[in-house]
Amino acid sequence: MKAIFRRELVAYYTSPIVYVYLAVFTLFSGIFFQAVCLYNKTTNMGGIYDNMFSVLLFIIPILTMRLLSEDKKYKTDQCLLTAPVSLTGIVLGKFFAATVVFLSGMAVFFIYAFMLSIYSAVEWQLVVCYTVGMAVLGMAFISVGLFISSLTESQIVSAIGSFACMIVIYMIDMIASFIPNKTIASMVSSLSFLTKFYEFTYGIINISAILFFVSFAAVMNFLTVKVLEKRRWG
Amino acid sequence: MIEVKNLCKYYGDKKAVDDISFTVEDGIILGFLGPNGAGKSTTMNMLTGYLSATSGQALINGVDILKDPIKAKEQIGYLPEIPPLYLDMTVKEYLDFIYDLKKCKSPREEHIKQICNLVKITDVYERIIKNLSKGYKQRVGLAQALIGNPPILILDEPTVGLDPQQIIDIRNLIKKLGERHTVILSSHILSEIQAVCDKIVIINKGKIAANDTAENISKSLSGDHRIIVRIDGSRDENIKLIKGISGVVEVAADFEREPGVFEYTIETDGNTDIRKELFTRVAEKNRYILGLKSAELTLEDIFLKVTMGENITTAKKEKKQEKKDDGGKK
Repeated sequence: MKAIFRRELVAYYTSPIVYVYLAVFTLFSGIFFQAVCLYNKTTNMGGIYDNMFSVLLFIIPILTMRLLSEDKKYKTDQCLLTAPVSLTGIVLGKFFAATVVFLSGMAVFFIYAFMLSIYSAVEWQLVVCYTVGMAVLGMAFISVGLFISSLTESQIVSAIGSFACMIVIYMIDMIASFIPNKTIASMVSSLSFLTKFYEFTYGIINISAILFFVSFAAVMNFLTVKVLEKRRWG
Repeated sequence: MIEVKNLCKYYGDKKAVDDISFTVEDGIILGFLGPNGAGKSTTMNMLTGYLSATSGQALINGVDILKDPIKAKEQIGYLPEIPPLYLDMTVKEYLDFIYDLKKCKSPREEHIKQICNLVKITDVYERIIKNLSKGYKQRVGLAQALIGNPPILILDEPTVGLDPQQIIDIRNLIKKLGERHTVILSSHILSEIQAVCDKIVIINKGKIAANDTAENISKSLSGDHRIIVRIDGSRDENIKLIKGISGVVEVAADFEREPGVFEYTIETDGNTDIRKELFTRVAEKNRYILGLKSAELTLEDIFLKVTMGENITTAKKEKKQEKKDDGGKK
């Protein structure tokens, strides 16, 4: 797992993808920083994180689109799958590499917080709370992208497929509101990413929300392992 | 040692590999021969754990590749048909990655350097793989298979795309590797298999058509046991002389190959070695044998015979069946 993690991390930082990702992340978070904090003269950064939810829907697929699809296309999966490494090791190596890149993008929030702290007191506990929320949310999104990339050998298909899944996740509350059966509707809405993430932006660290995102990521990674396993039986 | 037992692989309804079994003993270079689409790569992919068999078993030094994949894979170095190279890495980074991936224990720099010297890629060590020529890419692929010094090497068409000099280099290298490793080598280039391999498995339409040394396969296929001999002197007298030897079934004279020298094709009963007696008889008549060879098939002949027609085992069975039937009639 370590070898794959390291290789993926190096591959990220030697390809333009990660710089596009970081640029887009910084651009939008910068705009929201201006709009939420500087314009309203507040040190409460919750609004930035809030707005970044929808940006993540679009930029995380960029990060994950090549993870497994490229291996399949260039047959480098033969090297991974015939090496003495477990399938879980392969999937987790790639997952954590993408997670590290994602987290590195979030470092910019601390720069904003530091800039604000020059002018006024910043509630650092809140910044940490927002960051934890976004970190687990990002991990759940990455696991979806990784799963989709295991299904195809085309990066474009992988990216578009991931977009589609992310939009469905975004619309869970709306979908639930259309369901006439109340029990089913409440079951669907309990899967809502938005409501769980917004709790963090209100400054609440909800363990059950953390568990939800982490276990969601674990289930998606498990499914990715199963896809790789199934391919061998194809 | 590699043991393959009743291995089958279906792709949907299509049977790609059909109940094949063979064993590769330690220290043997086994040639895996077959036309395109015969099931060579599928079999190799199953041996290395890249694909799972629909049924059957592949044991790598006694370890089942499906039951304990990690332990089995530790013992295999695999070069697939298309070398699995990360094109964005330098050769050094790539081999370092493979070293980590295989969790090698031997001293890193020394081990990698040794392999680079062996496959002659030291001069491109710092270059990005994307920019290398096909031949170098192939050799980097071979290098990754060698990392970790696995006792078993599985090489799928290792000389494809190389120039003649490189082909010779790689063949010599494989021969050298065969001294310390068990090697399975697939190819549809017959001369390559003949030059390098101790044993041959011919596979056709997913089935094993022959499994033996080239010599034995050739013998069993040329079941008519023919000898071709060149003798000087009168044609008719020579035919008479040869016919006088016990065990000779048929003699046919060819045209005059050299002035006063004819070539004769002698068919024997298959049980008697007539060569010594032939020599003595010809010498007694003060004539000379100017050439003597058995009409065994070349690998090309075997390949064509096996892949175009029935496989040997079925052909033999049919022969036996015919004999039985004849016996019954009598």
